[in-house]
Amino acid sequence: MTMTPKRDAYDVVVIGAGPAGLAATATAAEAGLSTLLLDENAGPGGQVWRAIASTPVKQRDQLGADYWAGAQLVEMVRASSAEMIHGATVWSLDRNLEISVSVGGASAFVKARRVILATGALERPFPIPGWTLPGVMTAGAAQTMLKSSGLVPDGPTVIAGQGPLLWLLAAQILRLGGRIDRILDTTARKNYLAALPHALGFITSPYFAKGLTMMREVRAKVPVVSSITELSAAGDGQLASVTYAAGSKRETIPAELLLLHQGVVPNVNLAMAAGIEHRWDDTQLCWSPVLDGDGNTSVPGISIAGDGAGIGGADTAVIRGRIAGGAAVTALAPTAAAKLAPVATLRAAQAKAERGRLFLDTLFRPSIQFRIPQGDTIVCRCEEITAKDIIDAVAIGATGPNQLKAYRRTGMGPCQGRQCGLTVTELMAQARAKTPQEIGYFRLRAPVKPITLAELASVPTTEADVKAVVRG
Amino acid sequence: MIINTDAIIVGGGIHGCSTALHLCLAGMRPVLIEKDYAGRHASGVNAGGVRQLARHVAEIPLSIRSMGIWERIETLVDDSCDFESHGQVLVAENAAEFDGCRARVAELNALGFTHEELIDGAELRRLLPAVAESCPGGVVSRRDGAANPARTTTAFRRKAAVLGTTICEGVTATNIRKDGGLWRVDVGTDTYAAPVLVNAAGAWAGRIAAALGEPVPVETIAPMLMITSRVPHFIDPVVILRGRKLSFKQFANGTVLIGGGYRAIAYQDRNETVLDWRQLAESARTVFELFAVMRSATIVRAWAGIEARMRDDIPVFGPSALHDGLYHQFGFSAHGFQLGPGAGAVMAELIVGGGTQTRIGDLGIERFRNFTPSESK
Repeated sequence: MTMTPKRDAYDVVVIGAGPAGLAATATAAEAGLSTLLLDENAGPGGQVWRAIASTPVKQRDQLGADYWAGAQLVEMVRASSAEMIHGATVWSLDRNLEISVSVGGASAFVKARRVILATGALERPFPIPGWTLPGVMTAGAAQTMLKSSGLVPDGPTVIAGQGPLLWLLAAQILRLGGRIDRILDTTARKNYLAALPHALGFITSPYFAKGLTMMREVRAKVPVVSSITELSAAGDGQLASVTYAAGSKRETIPAELLLLHQGVVPNVNLAMAAGIEHRWDDTQLCWSPVLDGDGNTSVPGISIAGDGAGIGGADTAVIRGRIAGGAAVTALAPTAAAKLAPVATLRAAQAKAERGRLFLDTLFRPSIQFRIPQGDTIVCRCEEITAKDIIDAVAIGATGPNQLKAYRRTGMGPCQGRQCGLTVTELMAQARAKTPQEIGYFRLRAPVKPITLAELASVPTTEADVKAVVRG
Repeated sequence: MIINTDAIIVGGGIHGCSTALHLCLAGMRPVLIEKDYAGRHASGVNAGGVRQLARHVAEIPLSIRSMGIWERIETLVDDSCDFESHGQVLVAENAAEFDGCRARVAELNALGFTHEELIDGAELRRLLPAVAESCPGGVVSRRDGAANPARTTTAFRRKAAVLGTTICEGVTATNIRKDGGLWRVDVGTDTYAAPVLVNAAGAWAGRIAAALGEPVPVETIAPMLMITSRVPHFIDPVVILRGRKLSFKQFANGTVLIGGGYRAIAYQDRNETVLDWRQLAESARTVFELFAVMRSATIVRAWAGIEARMRDDIPVFGPSALHDGLYHQFGFSAHGFQLGPGAGAVMAELIVGGGTQTRIGDLGIERFRNFTPSESK
């Protein structure tokens, strides 16, 4: 059954049903605000709790306790007055808080008094030679298949990259009987030293013990090569081998599947298209929205919670969701605000959940050779634009990503910069000896996700809309 | 620091850049001041139509002049600008609209203009095989075409710089005044001084004109455009409808640009526009009805550029009615892109030689001499 929004206006519209979105929705609905939760996936949970309500993986330890923590929050939202719609792709949000959403091939418009964006994170591009070959995929895509369908690799498989999700995925694949031939850890040797001053925070964080156990579990079963300094994929129309260098060692190994992952970055597309101000984050090497303590953005009425506000992980996301939901309650239903959890408590919990983040960010800062490709390596998959093409455009006057569009159409394809944007910014910054902040990012526009012409054509209009059209 | 120069051009759209380039060709060394970057607004993000078709009679001579330059654009700016000439076709959807087409072409012929040609249903379908059977005919302008607007504006900017224009981007021209017989404009801590000032500031030009004592009835508009995913090649010319608001163009890579003049809300001082999806849906419906092949295409992106529209929908072009050395070149009212190359050439003739052979008399600012700002909406 396809559900469309029951009303055309709500007190609060939350976009994204991951940890932050669920928490924000529960908070707003509990205070009596009319609340709509729009989510693109088939069920609640976002990425981290993907398919929480439907996964065929029933043995709890295979996906880990953190995964199942989401179920309780989902129940709270289901029991509340909030409307939760899945398979709902929000393709436009503007500064007037007008939302365009596509559900089941038809578009609807809703208006909100407050919007809470909980659109989460996406994987950082990993533009190595050969990364566009069939057989090379992101770890996130592999994890989606694993969670939704219980599918794991059974051919020669290499996992390359770094970061907590890489190890989590490896552990999950192994627990489900999948095959991993080699793990190529790209964490730079120098990062261990740089991260050391922040280690105390990490050791006392909830991630430490869990992370260590998981890495031990994986290392016991799979050969791991550390401090990878070069990485490329090769094959004739299909991945056949992976070549790496680690120190003086260089090796080519056969592979049918290469899973790449070097961390996640905020999914900024909808927020940027709404005109929300973002800044370059030099620690996390990505664009993050400019926010106040409650998650409010530069656009009045829109706040951001969860990893979309800057990568913080699931525990942080839940708390940020509660804070943003609470801010909406305080703004729209002040009398109900007294019943909210005290802000001080939430902030203390947030500080605890964020402990160790700086350690992780420093340790897993991707090396420059895995962020800024050279020569014939493809940057923009949609238009098949190489690093050299972009450098050449800079030489004849392309000063930033938006000017580059005129020469190379980068960022104008269906991915709307999701797979090339950070690379383009950093590559142009390097070429022009500027900071990424000075270079800027693609100006993003709706639809943030493509919609069919037929769907847009059937958008309902009223007589008044038609008459309001001034012919000129 | 005071920097003396031959001319100051405010605005780095295609008009400012073209005027800068042509002034250089005439031996002058202008400075061009652009608050964002060249082509940031309408000039860089318009539909790219290179169109003589369906223009106001007052601007046809300028359009024809410009067309001649477009046809040798690469020799002028060292860049193809992706210019292509597959014609532009105005489609009549019913008999009444076709009668209107016939009258329009007759009127132009009587004035001595022959670029617009009436076509019957058979020729219409030869040019546009995908068009709905019910359309009785239309008008074609066969030399028309399209170009890549951002690439074109950038190419003009680049060539102007190569020929000696000083380009100041990312800085606002402030405190524009005439002092000691010279126009003076502050840019950061510098002051440029020149005997000539060209107001080519697009949506911001009305404010400059008003501040210099020449208010005009101008509004800021933001025509919306959207582009689709790639679909199989099915159309060469640019298509516009006579009745409904739609323009339509398929690029070589298969993507289709849909425009037509529905407008976004412009937040001019934030450089922002907010799209009106209900009106874009109207454009989508029109395409859906006319071209079945488009029904499965997806909309990849929509946008709008900020520009100036005059009350009478034709530009303000030519010398000031009030000040020596001041020239206006703005208010192109959503159809200035094709005019850019020619307008720069003509503007350079006005500045350097004091006159031009191209008939522009009806475009001057003096037509608004009785305008007072309170009339403005």
